[in-house]
Amino acid sequence: MIRTMKFIRSLAVAALLLPLVATASDEIELDKAPISFDQKSLQHGAKLFVNYCLSCHGASSLRYNRLQDLGLSEDQIRDNLMFTADKIGEPMAIAMRRDEAKKWFGTAPPDLTIIARARGSELGSGADWLYSYLRGFYRDDQRPTGWNNRVFANVGMPHVLWELQGTQVANFVTEDDGQGNKMKRLEKLELAKPGTLSPAEYDKSVADLVSFLVWMGEPAQNTRKEIGYAVIAVLIVLAGLTYAMKKAFWKDVH
Amino acid sequence: MSDDTKMDGGRRTLVIATSAVGGAAAAGAAVPFLASLTPSERAKAAGAPVEADISKLQPGEMMTVEWRGKPVWILRRTPEQLATLKKDTDLLADPESKRSDQPLYIKGEARSIKPEYLVVIGICTHLGCSPGAKFQAGAESGMGTDWPGGFLCPCHGSTFDLAARVFKNKPAPDNLPIPPHTYLSDTRILIGEDSKGA
Amino acid sequence: MTTKSQELLNWIDERFPLTSTWKEHLSEYYAPKNFNFWYFFGSLALLVLVIQIVTGIFLVMHYKPDASLNASGIPVAFASVEYIMRDVPGGWIIRYLHSTGASAFFIVVYMHMFRGLLYGSYRKPRELVWIFGALIFLCLMAEAFMGYLLPWGQMSFWGAQVIVNLFSAVPLIGPDLSIWIRGDYVVSDATLNRFFSFHVIAVPLVLLGLVAAHLIALHEVGSNNPDGVEIKKKKDANGIPLDGIPFHPYYTVKDIFGVVVFLIFFAAIVFFAPEGGGYFLESNNFFPADPLKTPPHIAPVWYFTPFYSILRAVTSDFLMVLQLGMAGIWAWTLMRAPAVWKAVVTVIAVLVIGGMFFIDAKFWGVLMMGAGVVVLAFLPWLDRSPVKSIRYKGALTKIAIAIFVVVFAILGYLGVQPPSPARNVVAQVCTVLYFLFFALMPIYSKLDKTKPEPERVTWK
Repeated sequence: MIRTMKFIRSLAVAALLLPLVATASDEIELDKAPISFDQKSLQHGAKLFVNYCLSCHGASSLRYNRLQDLGLSEDQIRDNLMFTADKIGEPMAIAMRRDEAKKWFGTAPPDLTIIARARGSELGSGADWLYSYLRGFYRDDQRPTGWNNRVFANVGMPHVLWELQGTQVANFVTEDDGQGNKMKRLEKLELAKPGTLSPAEYDKSVADLVSFLVWMGEPAQNTRKEIGYAVIAVLIVLAGLTYAMKKAFWKDVH
Repeated sequence: MSDDTKMDGGRRTLVIATSAVGGAAAAGAAVPFLASLTPSERAKAAGAPVEADISKLQPGEMMTVEWRGKPVWILRRTPEQLATLKKDTDLLADPESKRSDQPLYIKGEARSIKPEYLVVIGICTHLGCSPGAKFQAGAESGMGTDWPGGFLCPCHGSTFDLAARVFKNKPAPDNLPIPPHTYLSDTRILIGEDSKGA
Repeated sequence: MTTKSQELLNWIDERFPLTSTWKEHLSEYYAPKNFNFWYFFGSLALLVLVIQIVTGIFLVMHYKPDASLNASGIPVAFASVEYIMRDVPGGWIIRYLHSTGASAFFIVVYMHMFRGLLYGSYRKPRELVWIFGALIFLCLMAEAFMGYLLPWGQMSFWGAQVIVNLFSAVPLIGPDLSIWIRGDYVVSDATLNRFFSFHVIAVPLVLLGLVAAHLIALHEVGSNNPDGVEIKKKKDANGIPLDGIPFHPYYTVKDIFGVVVFLIFFAAIVFFAPEGGGYFLESNNFFPADPLKTPPHIAPVWYFTPFYSILRAVTSDFLMVLQLGMAGIWAWTLMRAPAVWKAVVTVIAVLVIGGMFFIDAKFWGVLMMGAGVVVLAFLPWLDRSPVKSIRYKGALTKIAIAIFVVVFAILGYLGVQPPSPARNVVAQVCTVLYFLFFALMPIYSKLDKTKPEPERVTWK
């Protein structure tokens, strides 16, 4: 009786304490990124990356010749994608020097080789973050670039893709935070001026670009899974054999 | 390790079967480790073919480009220099380049694709020093009156003619190696590849 | 019938104890026949050690411990890891094996230690096995901590910065101690290179020595078992324990099966979820270290979090609780313990209770975190139960162990979360419960109603 009571009491203590440890939810919500490893998507993403991102951001751990994994030939890479290197074996570095970049932008634009892995968090995957980020720019005249971003407040990067997306503006609502203070909360973004792509087309383009960034973050990821299936299959066979072998030897142990 | 345990047929089959599959699995597991020792993409990129622009090379002049960490000489030979190649045959250890390290498309005494241009790796086949140029024929080079012109290795005195073929009775055993190369145009040589897109 | 191989073996045996070692430690080493699930983890720990060493050897061929920036502005060490992932053939497999292996090591070792807790494997005459084990655990933590700095990501850098800064809490010598450990005023290239040296050779050598000592001590007295019964007490006419079976072939064959099952789980993670949901390879660590940008949330890797929670729980208001606890231990020692212990504990109590009035809570937090690990080593002397195994212990011990497990898990969970006032209270309660598990053990292990230990092992 006493033992049971003690046990129940300790459980109750734990249970009562648990709500206190629940995490507060963050306010930024990320949209799920529709990633595709389809070669067409990845090639399109590569093209967008090289044309829009590579002037300021490096991808210094990825070599140009690795783009052959996307179904491109060396010549196609050389003619369409290689702007910053002479040889196809060279990495996708940028021309801009780091100290110059820092001067011009306040902070050096980060290298993007593994950005899709770095931006993961409890809010969502790195891909989700990037997808939401690239579609989350809005006009803000208080910022030096004239742009702000709902996912990355006061970001130093301008909206490089604005011609494609068009111009979004932010609708703020003023709310009471429950303690008598008035707070401005971003309710939603609205497309004020359309770009050359429709919202659906723009979303698809961003999805392609993010897919490319996910691929670039770990080019071996698809091979990894294929090898994984084979390894686990072999191990399951081995498990059966070793189990039978164990049983055979342990027959005489009583 | 008593024999009793292995005598049991069931046990023995299982031990053999497990060892076979396990051995195969272990061999598979070893593959990435052994592969990691092979040249990485960085090493391969650094060893990638190098382009040489020979548009400004004058007859009698030599230029050097680096390929795979080694000096590659491109010598534009004059007609007189080419003429010496037929005459010095008796002085050479391997005049027909039978033992030479050179691509199959390199033939003849000139040891080149185009007779005018010698493309050769400038590392002595004795112990690896880089020979110096002694192109002037005769006594002017300080090599003796019979000297047809060529290269002299300063380390142990090996000499090579104007097709980089080694002279007899010298420490170096072989002619200087010719790297794979191809002409992208009349003015550009790609060193390190047999032909474009190989 | 002497074959050529038998002749060779004889030649060796005349000069080297090969066959005798084989017999003594494998084919004629008698282990209890009733080993269960919990007994797989020792051999698995050895397996993971081998995996880490072999993968480590190959990683070091390509990794560069250099914090300076390359031409693209990325630290060389960080870039060398991406070089391994992309440019080295098979490099990504080796990297994932090593990163998964680090977490696997702690999972296996925690299970292995828990087995000891369940079955009283630390009891006489196995105290030294347990102490070597505690030392191995400490070395493992150091090894993992230093290894984690090497990729030179944001979490690597800032985690190291925070932990090394803790040493500055030591009175008088603290700040200088931190500088001496770092080799610089902040974590820098100097720190990276010395951690590289320790991680690659110094600590592994110590670990190997300790593992050898651990196994030698074990073989000297023989293994415990789930019933806590000493099998050497009942031997047959040949001096072989009735409940013993030769380690080889029975446990070699069983452990091989255990290895394969383990490898299935291991491979599942390596090939399908190498980031471990952000716990094995943390997202923020894919950003190169930036000494000028502190991440909003610095947390140690998951296997350190229970102890990190204890560290964070010790705030200035909590010191009073600790002083009371120390006073309680002091009082009990004065009443019950032999004279030597009365003197020792009195000195400690005066230093601790007095010191807590003058020295910052940060220092006591570090001490308590260390104490959380070191206290494990004292188990052989804290457990006063007449029986070894939980199977024959009473409800008090079972509840205590259950609470301990729950508390350890909660502390671990809290360690990955950002701190908050509410969480801090929970951590403090759990810290008290954690140490009470040990502090009260001499009392509840004696009071507990035990069942009689059987003469022979049960369940086969």
